[in-house]
Amino acid sequence: MNPTDMPIERHTIAVLVANEPGVLARVIGLFSGRGYNIESLTVSEVDEANARSRITVVTSGTPMVIEQIKAQLSRLVPVYDVHDLTLEGAHVSRELALVKIHNTGEDRIEALRIADTFRARAIDSTLQSFVFELTGDTGKINAFIDLMVALGDVEVSRTGVVAIARGTGLDMPLVRRNVTKRKRRQPVTGD
Amino acid sequence: MSGAAIILKALQDQGVEVVFGYPGGAVLPIYDELFKTNAVRHILVRHEQAAVHAAEGYARSTGKVGVVLVTSGPGATNAVTGLTDALMDSIPIVCLTGQVPTHLIGNDAFQEADTTGITRPCTKHNYLVKEPGQLARVMHEAFYVAAHGRPGPVVVDLPKDILFADCPYVEAGEVELKSYRPQVKGDTSAVERAVDLIAKAKRPIFYGGGGLINSGPKASKLFTEFVHKTGYPATLTLMGLGAIPASDRHFLGMLGMHGTYEANWAMHDCDVMVCVGARFDDRVTGRLSGFAPNAKKIHIDIDASSLNKNVAVDIPIIGDAATVLEQMLAVWAAKGCKPDEAARAKWWKQIDGWRSRKCLAYRPNDDVILPQHAIRRLFEKTRGMDCYITTEVGQHQMWAAQYFGFDEPNRWMTSGGLGTMGYGLPAAMGVQIAHPDALVVDIAGEASILMNIQELSTLRQYNLPVKAFIINNQWMGMVRQWQELIHGGRYSESYSAALPDFVKVAEAFGGVGLRATKPSELDDVIDEMIKIKQPVMVDVAVKQDENCFPMIPSGAAHHEMILGPEDQAERRTSEEGMVLV
Ligand SMILES: Cc1cc2nc3c(=O)[nH]c(=O)nc-3n(C[C@H](O)[C@H](O)[C@H](O)COP(=O)(O)OP(=O)(O)OC[C@H]3O[C@@H](n4cnc5c(N)ncnc54)[C@H](O)[C@@H]3O)c2cc1C
Ligand SMILES: Cc1ncc(C[n+]2csc(CCOP(=O)(O)OP(=O)(O)O)c2C)c(N)n1
Ligand SMILES: [Mg+2]
Repeated sequence: MNPTDMPIERHTIAVLVANEPGVLARVIGLFSGRGYNIESLTVSEVDEANARSRITVVTSGTPMVIEQIKAQLSRLVPVYDVHDLTLEGAHVSRELALVKIHNTGEDRIEALRIADTFRARAIDSTLQSFVFELTGDTGKINAFIDLMVALGDVEVSRTGVVAIARGTGLDMPLVRRNVTKRKRRQPVTGD
Repeated sequence: MSGAAIILKALQDQGVEVVFGYPGGAVLPIYDELFKTNAVRHILVRHEQAAVHAAEGYARSTGKVGVVLVTSGPGATNAVTGLTDALMDSIPIVCLTGQVPTHLIGNDAFQEADTTGITRPCTKHNYLVKEPGQLARVMHEAFYVAAHGRPGPVVVDLPKDILFADCPYVEAGEVELKSYRPQVKGDTSAVERAVDLIAKAKRPIFYGGGGLINSGPKASKLFTEFVHKTGYPATLTLMGLGAIPASDRHFLGMLGMHGTYEANWAMHDCDVMVCVGARFDDRVTGRLSGFAPNAKKIHIDIDASSLNKNVAVDIPIIGDAATVLEQMLAVWAAKGCKPDEAARAKWWKQIDGWRSRKCLAYRPNDDVILPQHAIRRLFEKTRGMDCYITTEVGQHQMWAAQYFGFDEPNRWMTSGGLGTMGYGLPAAMGVQIAHPDALVVDIAGEASILMNIQELSTLRQYNLPVKAFIINNQWMGMVRQWQELIHGGRYSESYSAALPDFVKVAEAFGGVGLRATKPSELDDVIDEMIKIKQPVMVDVAVKQDENCFPMIPSGAAHHEMILGPEDQAERRTSEEGMVLV
C-alpha cells in the first residue's frame, strides 16, 4: 500500500526524559520541524531524585508516521524510554479540566445538576459563577464543556492527557536509589 | 582548575590532536589556555563555516571526531551551515561555542545569540553549560554522543564566566550516559530470516551507503566479503563510495539520480534488496511508487528512525553495519548457505546487458576539454597514489562520483545530504591536516569554490599542499542543466559572470595557479599539479554546456532514466516532478 493511503490513527505515547533545560523544546521542535501533529502534550517531573520527567503526547498519523515519531523521540539524547500506550495494550488516560461558568437563574441550577452527574466538583463559587473541577477522558470533558457552553459564558483550562498502562506491569518505574540523600520538597499548600 | 583548563584537559583525554577554530571575545580564555599549554594543535581558519567543514574532512578521512572552536554570536551562527551539513551526512563533530556570561544570557548582550536554540534542529545534541560542576562531564558526553550510534555534530555552548570559574575535573571513564544507548547487535532472529531470504534470492542486490563508512573500515571489508561469498551485484550511494572497490566486478557503480544505468535497473528489477547503512534518500529512490516494486527489502541501520521512513521494508534490522554483517556471515557459514547458481547466472546476464549500454561513455573531443574526461584523467594519473578526493556541489561533484573510482573507504569526502557549495576546499584542508603526505584534491566548480575561497589563506599559513581542481564551465552547471531540462532553457541568474582569474587568485594567496584550456594541455597540467608540494589551484576550462547523465528526472522511477541528450525529448519531467528539488 502507498504509505500516504494508510489510515490515520491516534496514539498516546509516554516518554520518560531527563528533566533538564531545553528538553521540552527538543520534543516540541521535533514535532513542528518534521510536521507531526500534537493533539495534546503534557509534561511534569515524576522522579525528582533522578530528575526525570514524563511527557504524554497524543498524536495522530499513519502507522508509518507513528513509527517514525517513536523512533525520532527515542534517538533524542535526553530520552530514556518511549512507550506507545495505544499499541502496547489497555491503558487509562485522564485529563483534568477547570471549567468556569458565568450564569444565573435556572441555568445555574442546571449547570450544578449536570456537574453532579459528571462528578465534577465546584471548587470556587460566587453568586454568578462556579469553577468546576472535572477529571475524565477527553471525550467526557468535551461533552461536559459542550453542555456548559449551552448554559452560560464559559472559560476552560485543561491539563491535556496523562496516561498509564493498565495492569501490574511498570513500564517506566521510579528508580529509587538515593532515597536517603533526597532532599524533601517544601510542602505544597492547598488541598 | 579553570573551566578553560578543564576543556583543554578533556580534549587531550579524548585524544584530540587538532582543533579548527577562530577566536573572539567569548572564547579568549580557551585561546589563552591553548597558548599556555600548547597541548592541542589549533588551525586558524578564515571563516567559521570552513572550520566545521575542515573538521568534517578530518573526521570523515580518519574516523575520529572533528573538533571546532568558535566564538559567541557571529562565530556560532557562521558555523550553522557546517553543523547542518554534518548532521545530514552523519559526521561526528564536537563544536565548542563561546557564550556571554551566564548572568547576561537573555539580555541581548554584545555578541549574544541563542546558540542552543539556533542549533537545536541542526545538531544531534547540544549543551549549554551553566554550572562549573557540569563542564567536564558535558565535554566527555559530547564526544560520546558525537561518535556513538549514528554519528553527528554536538554543540557545547560555553558562557565566559564558566571558562574562568573553578571547575572540578572528572575522568572520561567516570562519565556514563544513561539515556542514549544505541543498539549495536542485530536481532538474531531477524538476522537469520534475512540470511534465508538472501540465500533464496533469484535477482538480489546489495545496496550500501554512508553507514558502512560511519561504521569503520571493517564494515566495508565485511560488506565486500559478503558480496564475494554470494557473488551478487552491489551498488553504493554517493556517501558509500569506496565501501566496495570501484574496480570490483560485482560493483555496478553508484545508484540514484545520477547513478549508472545498470545499478538503477538492477535496483528496479531485483527481488531481494539488502540495504546496509543507507537511508533510501529521494535522490536514490526516485518516485517511491515505482521503487523496486517487486523486491523484498532488508534494511540494516543503526538508527531506528531511518527504518521504514521513506520505504516500508520487510526485514528491518537495527544495529551497527559491521556487527550485523559479521552476524550474517556467521549465519551464512553455519547454515552452509549456497546461492542459486542458475538464477544468479541469469541475473548477471541481464545485468551485463544493461552494462553493455556503457552509460558513462563519452565521445572524445580534441577541441575542448570534456569535464568527464578531465576527471577521468585525474583519476588515471593518481591511481596507486595515496589520494583523497573532496568535492564542491554541482555537476562536477556528480562527474567525480561517476568517473573517479574509489577502492577504499574514507577516501571520498562530499556534501551529500545538504549539498553545501563551499564544502570542498575547507574539507580538503581538514583531510590534509590528518594526512600530511597524501595527495588531497578538491574537485571543484568555479561557482562553488568562491564560497570558501578565503581558505587559500589558511592553506598558505600551514603549508598545506591541497589541490583545487576546478572544473570551470563558467556556469552553475547543475542549475543550468535543470533550467535547460525543466524551465525551457531560460537561464535565469545561473551564469558565472565576472569570474576572477583563478591563476592570479592562487598567486595572490601565495599558492600556485595552473590552467588547462585545451585537451592537449590537460595531462601535463595534472602532472605538474601533483608534483608541486604547495597549495595549487588548477583552472580547467571545460565544455560549457555539457550536461550530467545518466539522470533520473525528478519524479521518475529507476527504469525511466535518461541516458543522454538524445533521450531528453521523449522523457519530459512530469508535473509532480517539477515541484521536487
Ligand atoms: C547534486 C547532488 C546530487 C546527488 N545525487 C545522488 C545520486 O545520484 N545518488 C546518490 O546515491 N546520492 C546522491 N546525492 C546524495 C544524496 O542527497 C544523499 O546524501 C545520499 O544518497 C545519502 O546516502 P546514504 O543513503 O548512504 O546515507 P547517509 O546520509 O550516508 O546516511 C547513513 C545512514 O547509515 C546509518 N548509519 C550510520 N552509522 C551506521 C552504522 N555504524 N551502522 C549502520 N548504519 C549506520 C545512518 O543512520 C543513516 O541512515 C546527491 C547529492 C547532491 C548534492
Ligand atoms: C550554498 C548553496 N547555494 C546554492 C546551491 C544550489 N546549487 C546547487 S549546484 C549549484 C551550482 C554549482 O555551480 P558550480 O560550482 O560551478 O558547479 P557545476 O555544477 O558547474 O559543476 C547551485 C547554485 C547549493 N547547493 N549550495
Ligand atoms: Mg560551474
